[in-house]
Amino acid sequence: MLNQTILNATHRALGARMVDFGGWDMPINYGSQIDEHHAVRRDAGMFDVSHMTIVDVRGPRVREFLRHLLANNVDKLKVSGKALYSCMLNEQGGVIDDLIVYFIDESFFRVVVNASTRDKDLDWMARQGSRFGVTLTERRDYAMVAVQGPKARERVHGLLSAEGATRAAKLGKFVAADVDGLFVARTGYTGEDGYEIMVPEAEAVSFWSKLVAAGVKPCGLGARDTLRLEAGMNLYGQDMDETVSPWEAALAWTIALEPAERDFIGRAALVAQKSDGAAREMIGLVLDDKGVLRHGQRVITDKGDGEILSGSFSPTLGKSIAFARVPAGAADGALAVDIRGKALPVRAVKFPFVRDGQPCAGI
Amino acid sequence: MSEIPGDLKFLKSHEWARVEDNGHITVGISDHAQAALGDLVYVELPGVGDNVQAGNGAAVVESVKAASDVYSPVSGTIVAVNDKLADAPETINGDAYGDGWLFVVKPSDSSEMDALLTPDDYAEMIENEEH
Repeated sequence: MLNQTILNATHRALGARMVDFGGWDMPINYGSQIDEHHAVRRDAGMFDVSHMTIVDVRGPRVREFLRHLLANNVDKLKVSGKALYSCMLNEQGGVIDDLIVYFIDESFFRVVVNASTRDKDLDWMARQGSRFGVTLTERRDYAMVAVQGPKARERVHGLLSAEGATRAAKLGKFVAADVDGLFVARTGYTGEDGYEIMVPEAEAVSFWSKLVAAGVKPCGLGARDTLRLEAGMNLYGQDMDETVSPWEAALAWTIALEPAERDFIGRAALVAQKSDGAAREMIGLVLDDKGVLRHGQRVITDKGDGEILSGSFSPTLGKSIAFARVPAGAADGALAVDIRGKALPVRAVKFPFVRDGQPCAGI
Repeated sequence: MSEIPGDLKFLKSHEWARVEDNGHITVGISDHAQAALGDLVYVELPGVGDNVQAGNGAAVVESVKAASDVYSPVSGTIVAVNDKLADAPETINGDAYGDGWLFVVKPSDSSEMDALLTPDDYAEMIENEEH
């Protein structure tokens, strides 16, 4: 039996095609997935992301705990509501999960982890947290809706109280606040502006319907995947997992080695790997020929084979793009991808591929 | 789901086939198949003059979500392909049984068509698939 979000019947009534997504019965698309993608790039779209796992972490030593648990440094979080993206690593430096952590106050941080990794994440956090005396509370009483696109914020503001709209409008990027009983975070997974909004379950269906009425297009997880890939954002399980370090997953920017005395889990392994040099790296690829790069395809390089991680057709660019993991330095030589026995040439490019609705330079 | 035209026959793998007046067989994918694949973005067609075998892959259709082989319902020689799909693969999403046709085969043994499903049998098969 698949898990269902509180919006399940709403999706079905809208004609969604439903799929098993990590044990959850979720909409992959409602109509054309490409139309949904463009709605987010050009106007406003929304996603039910209630399957994700919200965990409230409380206790007097919660900051100290997270300083130890995460590869990024929560000491960057000084103002209430500020958010940080981080990996949670094992001792070998492999990625257990990627997550967002919000600082609420010195005894309360809120963490959002992936749905498919829920059980192992909660186990790991509980095990590591016991000596810091923190309590973990999963917030299944919240649904979560991501409203994304250049018009997303103003559409949401129209549904808030006057005071709430003013407060939301002042939120900086990667900051959240309690607004009208909602937890409104200016974050996302599409490369567009917008909010991820936690809404009490009892109000979620009505909130979703008001957003539809305000002209926000319901979008499925298919569009969410092409949007985040264009935006250069990793997907856990596809682009990194416990056998891959952040160095090898283009996530060096999320590793805080300074200050040197912060002893976080995986630190020793990361430092060793940095001094030896990582054997593999994650790069962006563009296929100018016709065809679609897909997960698992072989990448042929001068330094040996690599593989496609996330790969898809990019609706904004009209051609295929991908992340690939290849031997270090391979991106300087010629690259090709084996698609059904044919070696098609591909170009290594910097990512994101698309930002704020526009193709990035060199793509 | 659009109506299935009565002059078509189907493979279980969701290809349709129509016998034209000259005995050639036009092939495409069903409306059910295009809906399951979602937005099509690329079509790889055989070459005119290629020989194809019944039940073997003759074309590939790729949507944003997945790549899917298209099997030829009959053995024979390719006599026409729908070149317009190169620039407009979404035609298959809009008109799977009409302008979204993929290729035409001149069959070497037209009795192979007898093994295909009738529209009613195919409709029943996809009905059962969904339950």
